[in-house]
Amino acid sequence: MTKDQLIAKLKTIVQPYIQDEDAFNNLSEETDFINDLKINSANLVDVILDVEDEFDIRIENDDMEKMISVRAAMDVVNEKLAAK
Amino acid sequence: MNNNQIISLLPYQQPFLFVDELTRMSSEGITGHYTFRKDSYFYEGHFKNNPITPGVILTECMAQIGLVCLGIYILKDQLSEDNQPQVALTSSQVHFFLPVLPGEKVTVVSEKEVFRFNKLKCKVKMLNEKNELVCRGQISGMLHIPANAEISIKHE
Repeated sequence: MTKDQLIAKLKTIVQPYIQDEDAFNNLSEETDFINDLKINSANLVDVILDVEDEFDIRIENDDMEKMISVRAAMDVVNEKLAAK
Repeated sequence: MNNNQIISLLPYQQPFLFVDELTRMSSEGITGHYTFRKDSYFYEGHFKNNPITPGVILTECMAQIGLVCLGIYILKDQLSEDNQPQVALTSSQVHFFLPVLPGEKVTVVSEKEVFRFNKLKCKVKMLNEKNELVCRGQISGMLHIPANAEISIKHE
C-alpha cells in the first residue's frame, strides 16, 4: 500500500467523526486528530476500532495513546502490518 | 458486587434515578427494572393533560441500567465509595415502538458490544410488563475512573 492509499483510507475512516470540515478537506500527514479535526475522545476510540477492522490489526493501549495524528496512525498501521 | 452495591455507586439521585433493581449481571450484559412513579415531575408537562413518559427519559433509563450499571459491574474491582466512576453519554440511537404510561414497570436488557479504551457500547432494549418491545437501540458512553483525582484538580 502506498502512502497516498493509506492516507486515503484513514481519511475515509475519520470522516464520520470530524468536527472541523476545513481541516478535514486539507487533511495531510501533519493533521492532528484532536487539535485540527476536533475529534473527541469517545470518537477517537471509534477511529481506533475502525482502523483495526479496516486493516485487520489489533491496537493496544500504548499504540492508542500515540495515535493522535495522521502521521502517528500511519506509523502504527505500518508497524502492525509489517509484524503480521 | 450485588444489586444494591451497584445502585449505591450510581452518580444519580431522585428525581433523576431510573433504576429500581438489577436481576441479572455479568461482564457481558445486564438486566434491570424500573417503575415510573405516577407523580414524576415530567408528567406535568409531557403532555398537557395526557401524561406519557418522554422518549428522552426512556433513553435515560436504558442508559442508567444498560450502560452505567453495566459499566460499574465491569469496573467493580477498581471502584469504591470514594472512587466513583465519571460517566459521559457519547451517543444514542434509539427507536421507539410503544408508549410508557405513568406507573408502568419496564425491563431493560443490555448486551455489551465493545468495552475498550474506556468506551462502552451496548445494544439495549426496553420491554413492558406484557413483554412487548417499547424501544431499542445502541447507546455508548465513556467511563473514567479518576484514579488521580486529587492530582488532576491541582493541575487545574
